[in-house]
Amino acid sequence: MINHETPAARVVRIVFLGLWLVISLFPLYWILITSFKTPGAIFSYPLTYWPEVFSLENYISLFQKSSFGTYVFNSLLVATVAATVATFISMLSAYVLARFEFRSKGAVLMAFLVTQMIPAFIALGPLYLMMVQLKLVDNRFGLMLIYIAVCIPFSTIMLRGFFANIPDALEEAAMIDGCSRFGALFRVIIPVMKPGIIAAFIFNFVNCWNELFLSVTLMNKDENKTIPTALNGFISSFTIDWGSMSAAAVLTIVPTMILFAFASRYIVQGLTAGAVKG
Amino acid sequence: MSPQKTTRRRSFSTRRGLVIAAFMAPAAVFVALFTYYPMLAGSQMAFRNWNLNNLSNTDWVGLGNFQKIFADPNFYVILGNSVLWVVASIVPQFIIGFALALWLRRKFVFRGLYQALIFFPWAISGFLIGILFRWMFNGEFGVINDLLMKAGLIDTAIPWLAEPGTAMTAVIIANTWYGVTFFAIMILAALQSVPDEVYEAAALDGSGKVRTLFSITIPYISTTLALTVLLRVIWIFNFPDIIWAMTGGGPANQTHIITTWMISITQRGDYGQASALGLIVVAILLVFSAFYLMAIREKKGARS
Repeated sequence: MINHETPAARVVRIVFLGLWLVISLFPLYWILITSFKTPGAIFSYPLTYWPEVFSLENYISLFQKSSFGTYVFNSLLVATVAATVATFISMLSAYVLARFEFRSKGAVLMAFLVTQMIPAFIALGPLYLMMVQLKLVDNRFGLMLIYIAVCIPFSTIMLRGFFANIPDALEEAAMIDGCSRFGALFRVIIPVMKPGIIAAFIFNFVNCWNELFLSVTLMNKDENKTIPTALNGFISSFTIDWGSMSAAAVLTIVPTMILFAFASRYIVQGLTAGAVKG
Repeated sequence: MSPQKTTRRRSFSTRRGLVIAAFMAPAAVFVALFTYYPMLAGSQMAFRNWNLNNLSNTDWVGLGNFQKIFADPNFYVILGNSVLWVVASIVPQFIIGFALALWLRRKFVFRGLYQALIFFPWAISGFLIGILFRWMFNGEFGVINDLLMKAGLIDTAIPWLAEPGTAMTAVIIANTWYGVTFFAIMILAALQSVPDEVYEAAALDGSGKVRTLFSITIPYISTTLALTVLLRVIWIFNFPDIIWAMTGGGPANQTHIITTWMISITQRGDYGQASALGLIVVAILLVFSAFYLMAIREKKGARS
């Protein structure tokens, strides 16, 4: 049997997997623990691996000293809108790229792939100037537009892999039954595609939620900053307030962790479908 | 395809064209407007004197920006750093990711939960990971020094991020930690494409574990492996986030890679020079990809 495993191999496997689990989670544990320590305990030696008192002081001072609530709101708004629109648009283009043969198809796919390779920083200056002309600097709508464009290529490639896995016959049957192409897409294909669409949405959301350099360039006013922009401001100052910083880090990680916990298997599926078919 | 179907398709060709155009248009417009246009506009800045601090003079300077870069001794150090950053991160990522993928192929209780937990770091931004590791590598209150001292490996705390050599090691460790997951996912996906019969045949021939790995598994998924490595090289080369958050390129520019250097040049307002650097990056990656793909093709040809 191929699945036969000797006891020694089993021990090696379990030790390795266990060790990697600890290594993967330790940094997250450490920042979480730090965020609940009192400022005194953070900077005391020897280090404590389990705080004697769990304190919310860092969280309170984070919200008192900065407009962190505003940053969270901005990030949520921008990431949700951009990811929703980008996923919808990508769904349309992925459908066409999976189902039809047309002359410029190869060129379109190539153009999408290339965006993944060229450093985004080349576009940074011109994007800034473009946004100045459009009067969209320091504007959440402007940031959304750019994020939508940034998300489209990868989620199109990913969704195309998903569409390719669904047999043509499904929508042909619907169209023979009198559905329009749009009707067939929305009534028949999309329900089947749900895991792929969720994966693409989460992927887009996480990317927008985490994006730093574009938002640093475009958002200057405090009331418009997203979380990463604000964090960048924290670390640029001479002394870092590690207590507030760790609280901020935890609050940044938690939403993605919730999304991820709920849909990690879709993400893995989505990535692999895109990888194998793309 | 039945003849009937062909005629049906042909008679609707205009309509078909309209469907394609309507479905493709939003994606094409967004990408053209907010990705390609600024990219091309950025490329032409590379040949101009383009400084935010002095926009009265944006003349063409030909290859002036490039000359300045090539004349700067920092450039060669930073180029070396970039290569080190890519190679030293990707090798352990690949090995650990491969091992994880091999061991994750076997079903076990809580495998789904295990995967979700170890895949999770990948959902955190590189920038935030930089912040996490910056705190852990802190010279005075960092947990890494504490753990190393408890294990008896070092006697005194190391100021990791303050010394050039250790700072580079630290950023590479952080990047390795971050990237293993991605390799594990891609390799796991590739492994699942290997049909069981191939393994059964190998087992019948009496080939051992290691032999099976090297003469069956790896050749079978070599295309996916090769492409994943290529994409990762490009991606890591262009990935400034972790370094930016951990060291900002310091101490004394010693952890700068080309893209972090590019950001600091951008922050000084010199878009001309930053764009020139960007084009150099594109050129390096294109040449590398071309050679890499050629090497793969040759190897394939030799085997078959």
